[in-house]
Amino acid sequence: MTDATASSLTARKAAEDTRGEETPQFVQSKHEGYHWTSEAPMFLYAVWYLAFLYIPVLFLPLFSFNDSIYVAFPLKGFTLEWYGDMVDNPALLRALENSVKVGFTVAVATTFLGLFAAKAMTRYHMPGKGPVTSFIMLPLVVPGIILGIALLVITNQLGMELSLFTIGLAHTLICVPFAMLVLISRLEGFDKNLEEASLDLGEGAIQTFIRVTLPLAWPGILASLLLTFTISFDEFILAFFLAGNEVTLPIYIWSQLRFPSRLPMVLSLGACILVFSFFLVTFAEVMRRRGVGPQGGAAI
Amino acid sequence: MSREDYISMWNTSKHFGSVKAVDDITFDIGEGEFFSLLGASGCGKTTLLRMLAGFEQPTLGNIYIDGQPQAGVPPHHRPVNMVFQNYAIFPHLNVHKNIAYGMRKSGLTKAEVDRKVDEMLELIKLPGYGARGAHQLSGGQRQRVALARALIKQPKVLLLDEPLGALDKKLREQMQLELRALQRDVGITFVFVTHDQEEAMTMSDRIAVMSLGKVLQIDSPTHLYEVPKVKEVADFIGTINFFEGSIRGRRNGSTVIDAAGLGTVHSTAAGADAPASGEITVAIRPEKFSLTFRQPNVQTNVVEGTMEAAAYLGDRSHYYVHVEGREAPIAVASQNAQRLLDAVDADRHDRVWLTWEEESALLLSA
Repeated sequence: MTDATASSLTARKAAEDTRGEETPQFVQSKHEGYHWTSEAPMFLYAVWYLAFLYIPVLFLPLFSFNDSIYVAFPLKGFTLEWYGDMVDNPALLRALENSVKVGFTVAVATTFLGLFAAKAMTRYHMPGKGPVTSFIMLPLVVPGIILGIALLVITNQLGMELSLFTIGLAHTLICVPFAMLVLISRLEGFDKNLEEASLDLGEGAIQTFIRVTLPLAWPGILASLLLTFTISFDEFILAFFLAGNEVTLPIYIWSQLRFPSRLPMVLSLGACILVFSFFLVTFAEVMRRRGVGPQGGAAI
Repeated sequence: MSREDYISMWNTSKHFGSVKAVDDITFDIGEGEFFSLLGASGCGKTTLLRMLAGFEQPTLGNIYIDGQPQAGVPPHHRPVNMVFQNYAIFPHLNVHKNIAYGMRKSGLTKAEVDRKVDEMLELIKLPGYGARGAHQLSGGQRQRVALARALIKQPKVLLLDEPLGALDKKLREQMQLELRALQRDVGITFVFVTHDQEEAMTMSDRIAVMSLGKVLQIDSPTHLYEVPKVKEVADFIGTINFFEGSIRGRRNGSTVIDAAGLGTVHSTAAGADAPASGEITVAIRPEKFSLTFRQPNVQTNVVEGTMEAAAYLGDRSHYYVHVEGREAPIAVASQNAQRLLDAVDADRHDRVWLTWEEESALLLSA
């Protein structure tokens, strides 16, 4: 053993000793901090916060069971009439079907595009990476109404028939940034050495993508699918500009608001969407947590 | 007959923009050799390793492995495998599937692959661990799995990128010996990257000391320590005292130097290669000095000084001795072969004498 290593060993040992002394101090100060901020005000704040967020939303299911066409207190009585109306309404079901169709297609397409974009952004050096990213992100900040008008002008110029297809294209445009963001953070969350290890062990780029990248990115892919589906399902302005004869659910709902007698039915529809969204988000969260191993990827 | 140029670098360079990460390197690595690339972080050792693996292409020059030029050959077609610094164990696969990962194209049946994986698990002393998840492994176990995953491919060369860096000291020392034994068993050429000189010295047949993209010296551990060829290597490996001096001439096969702080120095270290005149640096390792409290009965290679500081470390002591003509004290180390109950009291600033052998006074260009 050389002297330098010997002295570096002593130095390391000394460093370990001091660390050993510091650790309890650190815990202690953390402990003090915990007592210093008493829990009560934080708890009250949290309650107010949640109430502010959710009480308005809870009026939807509440009034959807109210036996009156007027959405006002006092409540009159319990009824399932509005849910019956909803199910008996072919136009509504048709709009729902359209929305699901568009949402599903958009989710798959944008997640596909987003995955490759994210892979390129996180793994490769290329000229103009910054500007390209900015351009992909741009639809996030362009006001929907401007984008809607612009797209309407273009589809007219191209002589395209307005249809679910044009809505789908517009939704793809605004959903790609979300898909890309979700997937970039997922791909950044796991070590790129894993892909290099696969190459090193004899698999080519495509096999590496299938055997390593895809399984590890899977929670992110799922999150991206759910997020982009939700955005498309919910989107109004672009769909409003670009819809032909077939409408999506938000547009249908909007059209029904002109008729006061239809309002309770819209409320029951809203309640259904609320419950569905709740389960969707819970499912997404469960899947996401399952994907995060002890040393695995970071949170999405 | 093993080849001495199993791996060859020919004027290999790698530039990242204006940074020369690896700068015009030429050397050979022999078949079956345990070869280490040693240097501080940023010296280019990892870049060199990644060029061998195929993750980086040389900007200039070429690399040959077993006589085959590697230019343009992608990582998955190279006869090398790598153990990554953080092991890169696939988190979504269990131990068995991790080790079998590279066997898909081997042409072996599933039963044969299973048998080979079991053999590997025996080799790395983790039998029965096949069904464990990657996250259930400790650091040392992950390191072994990474090793097995690479060795099952029977590569011509195994590349190791600081594979012991994440382990605690005890485990690291154990793994050093195990790795060395394993390398002798399998007979594969190992190229090992580390910044830990002790680790490199323990395991390697030869070490390339790197700095700023250049190779400073390639030699066996003993040669690197005992006869470093340049100041940087002498300084990087272990501790050493430098003395500025100028050559006065030669006498009886020794070079005679006037060195600041040491007076007249006689050295045989450089042999006949020593220059006859000019500025030179004399370098002496701390343990090559003998320290006495009485004036020794020698005429040459002796200097008088005062004790400035002393550290008693049990098996040995470190002393710092102040001498005329040198600002920094000279570092001296001595084995405490005799019982030393009265530790040296440095506060008394005792007079001491240092002597050294002619062969211990290394001559390095100034």
